[in-house]
Amino acid sequence: MVTATPEIRVQNLSIQYGEKVALAGASFEVMPNEIFGIIGPANSGKTSFLKVLNRMDTFTPGMRFSGTAEVGGRDVRSWRNLYALRRRIGVVFPLPVGLPLSVYDNVAFAPRLAGVRGKAELDAIVERCLRRAALWDEVKDRLKALGSLLSGGQQQRLTIARALSQEPSILLLDEFSIAVDPVTTMRIEDVLKELKQEMTIVLVTNLVQQARRLADRTAFFLMGECVSVSPTEALFTGDADPRARDYVEGRFG
Amino acid sequence: MTDRKADPAVDRRDVAWWSDKAVSVLVFLGGISAILFIIGIFVFITREGFGFGEHFKAGEIFGSTRWAPTSDSNPTYGILALVAGTASVTGLAMLIAVPFSLGAAIYIAEFAKGRTREVLKVLVEMLAAIPSVVWGFIGLTIMNPLIIQTFDVPIGLCVLNSGLILGLMAAPIMTTIAEDALKAVPDSYREAAEALGATRWQVTRRVVLPAARQGLLAAVLLGVGRGFGETMAVLMASGHSINLPTSPFDSVRALTATIAAELGETAVGSPHYQALFMLGILLFAVTFLINLAADLIVRGIRKG
Repeated sequence: MVTATPEIRVQNLSIQYGEKVALAGASFEVMPNEIFGIIGPANSGKTSFLKVLNRMDTFTPGMRFSGTAEVGGRDVRSWRNLYALRRRIGVVFPLPVGLPLSVYDNVAFAPRLAGVRGKAELDAIVERCLRRAALWDEVKDRLKALGSLLSGGQQQRLTIARALSQEPSILLLDEFSIAVDPVTTMRIEDVLKELKQEMTIVLVTNLVQQARRLADRTAFFLMGECVSVSPTEALFTGDADPRARDYVEGRFG
Repeated sequence: MTDRKADPAVDRRDVAWWSDKAVSVLVFLGGISAILFIIGIFVFITREGFGFGEHFKAGEIFGSTRWAPTSDSNPTYGILALVAGTASVTGLAMLIAVPFSLGAAIYIAEFAKGRTREVLKVLVEMLAAIPSVVWGFIGLTIMNPLIIQTFDVPIGLCVLNSGLILGLMAAPIMTTIAEDALKAVPDSYREAAEALGATRWQVTRRVVLPAARQGLLAAVLLGVGRGFGETMAVLMASGHSINLPTSPFDSVRALTATIAAELGETAVGSPHYQALFMLGILLFAVTFLINLAADLIVRGIRKG
């Protein structure tokens, strides 16, 4: 096996909200171009982990973390320009957040921040991102409509298109299918399988079968502990950890 | 088994039912009384002012700067200078208050954190509670000599003085309302935009301000209304002399201040008395138009 540099590496990562520990001493690596699943019951520290990666912890009063968290071989705390770090990482939230802008402006938001001004160039970026998010055919005639007028599933694909617009090397998905119907979920999953060629994807999900369909490897978080990290199939065979198998088989959680 | 439908003990008007009825009547009275009062005031002002009709010469009233209602030989009721006085003072006040209060609101809502934000909010609200006569006092005793000294002019009671005072008065209220408007923008917008690598200022400019524009517009218009209707501070700081201002150092007289200063000295029902009520109608109409405009603009934004 080729030893590549891990895209994400955490070593003994602990996250706290005030006195409450959200994640205690997690250590694992995420390789380039893999889909890395994270499953586990609520309050297991999954979302908190994502927040550390692009330093969204700065929004949450009282949130602290210790240990190592590296993105692209560099500690996230060593970035002097947090905004540049965040531009490397695309995030998709559980509930789609359409910025109060048109479909076009939603996708063009990040490129414009990055200084892209040319109309033709922006048009090309918007079309490419919407195509990659499997949304182009549905919205190409109403790019000027408010993003919030789209259906829930379309909005979620819009947020994916938006996350892609900054050419991230990492895409973080936090339970993206919560507000999306099964058909759309399948379409997005197909999109993710293709995007994997170009970027690293971290997929936090409540749906065990979704992790099984998509993830190359999956971590199982339980009550703030990273119980196991293994090839996804191992969770189902019990080779990873008996607690993980109990969870994926629905015996608790 | 008992037949529940037929049980009379279940279907009975209990305390909760009666108190609900009582409260709904009370809030109805409260709500309707406000409307009745406003209509009453409108009818009263209109009735008192409309008696002026026989002296009403539109050309003189809107075309002349001579406001001399007490003249024995030739009473004139030109309000041009008074309108110009109110407009210049309010305009200058808004020029000062709008940037400062929007800046303050953006700082408090978007940039300040934790304790700083809380302390600032309380301070701004305290500023909003300073009585207007105190502001007038400041204009009279502090600003007046300051302006005379700084700009080497004979009189410091002028457009500049009252505009500054009025701007400072309106700013805290505008800040509070504008800040509420910014706070009403969901945090998820901010998070989503920052996750895209936007800086705090980029988030504010591209996402928060456009989303809050209705509320911000309301804040500005409320400030305009405040400046327009303010009486005491303007009366004290403007110099109260009839003038078409050509520079910020000219003394002026405002519509409101004219009513306040003269109404007590007129005979009820005299042309002067009725002329003052006509000014009242004018103030009422302009305020109404400002509010109507704000309402229409806000509706337009909501539709588009």
